[in-house]
Amino acid sequence: MAFRLEARGLTCERDDRRLFQALDLDVGPGEVLRVEGPNGSGKTTLLKILSGQLTDHEGELRWCGQPMRKVRTAFLANLLYLGHSPGIKAALTAVENLAWYQALSGEHGDEAERLAVLEEIGLYGFEDVPVAQLSAGQQRRVALARLSLTQRPLWVLDEPFTAIDKQGVARLEQRLLAHARAGGSVILTTHHELAPLGELRRITLGQAVCNRSGE
Amino acid sequence: MQVIEPKAELGIAVRATIKRDMTLVLRRRSEVINPLVFFALVITLFPLGISPDPQMLAAIAPGLLWVAALLATQLSLDTLFRSDYDDGSLEQLLLSPQPLPALVLSKTLVHWLLTGLPLALMAPLLGLMLALPGQSYAVLAFSLALGSASLSLIGAIGAALTVGLSRGGVLLSLLVLPLYIPVLIFGAGAVQVVILGGNAAPYLAILGAQLCLALMLAPWAIAAALRISING
Repeated sequence: MAFRLEARGLTCERDDRRLFQALDLDVGPGEVLRVEGPNGSGKTTLLKILSGQLTDHEGELRWCGQPMRKVRTAFLANLLYLGHSPGIKAALTAVENLAWYQALSGEHGDEAERLAVLEEIGLYGFEDVPVAQLSAGQQRRVALARLSLTQRPLWVLDEPFTAIDKQGVARLEQRLLAHARAGGSVILTTHHELAPLGELRRITLGQAVCNRSGE
Repeated sequence: MQVIEPKAELGIAVRATIKRDMTLVLRRRSEVINPLVFFALVITLFPLGISPDPQMLAAIAPGLLWVAALLATQLSLDTLFRSDYDDGSLEQLLLSPQPLPALVLSKTLVHWLLTGLPLALMAPLLGLMLALPGQSYAVLAFSLALGSASLSLIGAIGAALTVGLSRGGVLLSLLVLPLYIPVLIFGAGAVQVVILGGNAAPYLAILGAQLCLALMLAPWAIAAALRISING
């Protein structure tokens, strides 16, 4: 069964400011959606609404044709959300952090798999070091390692390129592209210029314009 | 890519959360030791401030020990969800496909294991200092172990409600302390009754009933409070 996240008529107000109004969105397999807009235009708020974290908005969210309220658990099992704060415990090692996230999705996972993922993101040799001793970029990479470790079709990424070096950015772009090609979908915000990522759709907040790249 | 069905593997998630929180607290030992030191210091102040007369101290000891243990629990509550909130892992906890009440219950369990239980085990030692009669030590420790579990559960509701506030400490106390009163009455009462030569069983039974009630209701209240805090 193919998945689809639909939003109909999303309207959100914050502090008497209307961030967006009557926003319609559709995200399905193989799609990459980039949310753009100046600082404070509501990108993070939109991502939080789309990942089911904020409920004080008007409009409806549907997952696979069902209202979000009813299928919340099923939706969460398919979602991987990375926010501004990476959600990584500084006192734990990278491996311990990843193990907890695997367990939260109900998998035992195994150590070899976690080590392989850490090697892939360039943290080989740092797996037993408390994350607090790693640099900001390395901490970010630990959070991003979850992308490869847990199978989730829908990725919602808020500024995933923050604090990552050039090489890491290229690798992450490849990772996003591979995910879309494999039939997953990505919703992301970034101020970074992305390399062409297959079919990239854009939404620009702050001026209520929605267009499709390449048209 | 296929839609993933949620895996009903709650046991794995709960075990991992308990293990993770234990590791975290044990790596920052001060979090375990601070409430114990606070407890000992407060109890030391009373003989100095009131009178070193053993008879007088013995009369007020059950209440003193219970109030001091209650405040020590209260002190440690603010950190229960705070660091998770700050580094974003609370957000991720709420986004996990597992039932949130079970996950917060395991976090609260760790709080009790590393705060309430050590306090209960240490209390007889401090009772000695207050000239508490010997026959009441077992009941003191047992009533504190039972009661502090209720305190952890009730306090966690307050901690969850105030986690989004930058200075939630005082508000947390104002919210939670009134709710501690029933536990305090029956906890201190149990010890008092033993000293007077009575039977503490009814008091302990009521403490147990309070714990059952807290176990049934608090996890849902904590989960709801966390959702409100994150939404704000």
